Amino acid sequence: MRQLTKWLLEPSLVLAVLALTCFGVAMIYSAGVVHIPNDVTQNAWIRQGTWFVLAVTAFIVVTRVPVRWIEWVALPSYTLSILLLVSTLVVGTGVGTAAGVKSWIQIGSFSFQPSEIAKIATILFLARFLSQRKDPLNSVQDLLLPALLVGLPLALVMLQPDLGTAMAFGGILFAMFFWAGTPVILLLLIASPVLGLILSYDTIIWSGYMVALVGFLYLFRYRLLLFESVGVVLANLAAGTVAQPLWNRLAIYQQNRILVFLDPEVDPRGAGYQLIQSKVAVGSGGVMGQGFTLGSQKRYDFLPEQHTDFIFSVVGEELGFIGTALGILAFSFILGRLVHMATRTPDPFAGLVVLGIFGAWLAHIFVNIGMTVGVVPITGIPLPFVSYGGTFLLMCWISLAIAVRVAHEG
Amino acid sequence: MGILMGILTVAFFRLQVLRSDTWELRAESNRIRQLPIPAPRGTIHDRNGRVIADNVPGYAITLLPGPPDSIRATLNKMSQYMEISDERIESLLAFLTRYGRQPLVVDSDADFPVASALQERRTEFPTVYIEMRPRRRYFGGEAAAHVLGYVGEITADELASADFSQDLYEQGMVVGKAGVEKQYESILQGRRGLKYVEVDARGRIVGDFGAFRVDPGEGGESLHLNIDIELQEWIHHIFPKSLSGAVIALDPEDGGILALYSNPGYDPNDFVSGISTELWQDLNADNRNPLFNRVVLGLYPPASTWKLAVAGIGLDLGVITPDDKMPVPCTGSYVFGDRSYRCWDPDGHGFNNLAEAIGNSCDVYFYQLGLRIGLDPLLRRSTEIGFSRKCGIDLPQESQGIFPSEREFWERRFGYAPREGEVLPLSIGQGPNSQTPLKIAQFYLALARDGSAPTPVLARGLEIGDTWALDLDPDHMQALREGLRKVTAPGGTAHFGTALEHWEVLGKTGTAEHGLSQAGLAEPHAWFAGMAGPFGGPPGIVVVVIVEYGESGSAIAAPIMAKTADYYLRKKYSIPTDSVQTYLDHVQIGPVPTWYQERYPAVIGAIR
Repeated sequence: MRQLTKWLLEPSLVLAVLALTCFGVAMIYSAGVVHIPNDVTQNAWIRQGTWFVLAVTAFIVVTRVPVRWIEWVALPSYTLSILLLVSTLVVGTGVGTAAGVKSWIQIGSFSFQPSEIAKIATILFLARFLSQRKDPLNSVQDLLLPALLVGLPLALVMLQPDLGTAMAFGGILFAMFFWAGTPVILLLLIASPVLGLILSYDTIIWSGYMVALVGFLYLFRYRLLLFESVGVVLANLAAGTVAQPLWNRLAIYQQNRILVFLDPEVDPRGAGYQLIQSKVAVGSGGVMGQGFTLGSQKRYDFLPEQHTDFIFSVVGEELGFIGTALGILAFSFILGRLVHMATRTPDPFAGLVVLGIFGAWLAHIFVNIGMTVGVVPITGIPLPFVSYGGTFLLMCWISLAIAVRVAHEG
Repeated sequence: MGILMGILTVAFFRLQVLRSDTWELRAESNRIRQLPIPAPRGTIHDRNGRVIADNVPGYAITLLPGPPDSIRATLNKMSQYMEISDERIESLLAFLTRYGRQPLVVDSDADFPVASALQERRTEFPTVYIEMRPRRRYFGGEAAAHVLGYVGEITADELASADFSQDLYEQGMVVGKAGVEKQYESILQGRRGLKYVEVDARGRIVGDFGAFRVDPGEGGESLHLNIDIELQEWIHHIFPKSLSGAVIALDPEDGGILALYSNPGYDPNDFVSGISTELWQDLNADNRNPLFNRVVLGLYPPASTWKLAVAGIGLDLGVITPDDKMPVPCTGSYVFGDRSYRCWDPDGHGFNNLAEAIGNSCDVYFYQLGLRIGLDPLLRRSTEIGFSRKCGIDLPQESQGIFPSEREFWERRFGYAPREGEVLPLSIGQGPNSQTPLKIAQFYLALARDGSAPTPVLARGLEIGDTWALDLDPDHMQALREGLRKVTAPGGTAHFGTALEHWEVLGKTGTAEHGLSQAGLAEPHAWFAGMAGPFGGPPGIVVVVIVEYGESGSAIAAPIMAKTADYYLRKKYSIPTDSVQTYLDHVQIGPVPTWYQERYPAVIGAIR
């Protein structure tokens, strides 16, 4: 009996997620109500509903699994997902608008994204690794191996190239390192090569940044070992050097999305067009919105990927600022509960797992919602519990189950 | 986390509460549509800056996208006022399904009456949008058709191909289809602009959408050619209308193409508004093949024009000197093995040195020279020089010359091992040897220079490809040119048709036995390849002429070459041009010109 009611240990969190998923199904239904109906989008909400039932069942099952099993499955699932990610580079297929991105594996009529499994597997494996350490992660040296554990799937996902999911891995990395006691300064220094990568588009700006970085390292010279400082500088130099080849590796539409983020009028026809249409939809929602199923941008099918990546634009158009604010509030509540759970659990493994899930979701939520209004570049990344997508919904619910399960062990 | 969520909330608050009116459309049912602003295509100029292709205002009829059924209905209704084929309707609907949000260009170049008829019925056709769109105009008509090519609407296949990036091209755009229009499409095209309009539920344009500024686009860059359009027109004027053939003229200085002419041609202006099915069928059914650019695609046996290559190789390998004579005199034929090989002149030429042999075009001399060189060295050197390569001209298509690079060629092609006697026909430009007029022109360009020739180019200021080197001693070039001089000197085969008042012409005739008779024409093709310039000065122009079934290189091809060179050189040296050019032109309408009498008193004496 105690096992059966396990999910009630986090009633507010689970109820919030249940409500959000229902809301998601409703919005997917609305996204299918268009001027020229088509079978795929019209019936998407029914398929999403079916997956919802499956996801809740999986949730109940996973919450009853012994934590030992979850700990044990970390290594094999991590290994498996790395193998799957490598194989996507060979046999992967693209879907819809992102046909050039090989991120899906098709088995018969069933297809899934190995990166979804890789996210939770990496969280579990990294949590096991970090929880077995006695000391906090104080130096770059300490961080090297765990960073590689996340860096491997991240790099493989970048090669697909799926920028959005790579960001989710970034979220996992930083949330878990932070939880493992890494000083914030060190995290910033680790993040610095990414900044160096971005700034390298302009040699002068980049040079200024490098000078500032070296100055900063000099100021904090007593907190870091010499080779660590040198390592950070070298990493930044490397980032500045690989920026150009890396940029060339990106598909043209991905380059456009980044350029458009900097200046939407760079490519008003392609990526800029999506952003414009999304902003028009959200903007015309106003405070009150145009009403459920009544959004005109959506009805005329002007929103790109409106039942998946741009579902939040539909929310903005139809439910207005009230809808978007409540949505953001709901996500904030869920994320807040995860942090709360992590602080309450005495088990370091559990805390790390919960924070890892927090990091992944935060990245998903911020990037997905942010791109609909041009706060972040457009990347094909779905909104947890709301976007259409069966395996994604299932993996979100399984992640939730794992979080609840590990946090309430003992 | 709090900060990130705060950023999102603020962003939505700004967009939905503070700036909602900017982003909100005027009516709830309104939408934004993108309308392309076509960029004018770059103009094309000749070497003297004369415009040979520009743009005039035209009208494009565009349909805003919508549900397929209503698009079909609108197109059917529009067909009352303009010509839209059922095929066109189907292809437009296919575009709609594929590129859903883009406007459909129904007619990229409509006539004014059609545009105004639709404009008058604006209320009937709320989703039809009529815009000014630059339309291509070509000067020179048929004369420069094979240089310029033509433009036409992009096809579905082109749009799907990697040559036309989706960022720059869309349905209804006009692109280069042939000639330099195709070759330099990326330079000429420019970048189309874009504006946003707000349309209401019925698809009518309410007005511009102000939140995004208009992108005016950029016109295409202009293109400057080495072509002299007046020379091109002159060649069109002098070339016999009833005969097919080609003329190419090069500037010895840099290999620039002064003229590239292929007859018959077509008027590129016919293609601009979409060529009519009838005309298209006519052009394709014409057995003289007007769409075929003979300069770069036509492959002909080079015949006696080739003897210069054999002579050059012989000098180069050291098997002869310019003064050597062959052991067997020409008696009208030459016996090798159990076969007798004819000279073109049954009377024979006796003993000849190199220049004499070129001047007389003595086959017997060249048979023996070929045997001295040997089959393998001849194949190797000709291949090294590049007679089985393309020139690399800046046109979309070019045929590759056919010349055996090794003995296996005979086995592959004819199923037998080559006999030593194969070298005989090869030595006089027959046998398995086919070259484009362009390649022969490049070879004569090398003869006109120091033995090396750059790739012939149409676009001015563009260096393409590497230089073609014959690796000949400059003294040998002198000897070869001496031979060419004999051809046009008094007594030479091409003298009367090439004698000009101001210029010295050097060249070689050719009579190409082709074995392929078409429509009962068995006459050989007539070649003349040569160069001309002021007396005692370096050549100022290289010209190659081929006239299909022209029979005689000296009678048909040589005068075209001389007249082409005369026209160009007179312009270059600021001498007024004259339609009476060669000795033959003069004596047909009047007495022997004084300049001829003064230069060749001996000839006059002999005639009298």
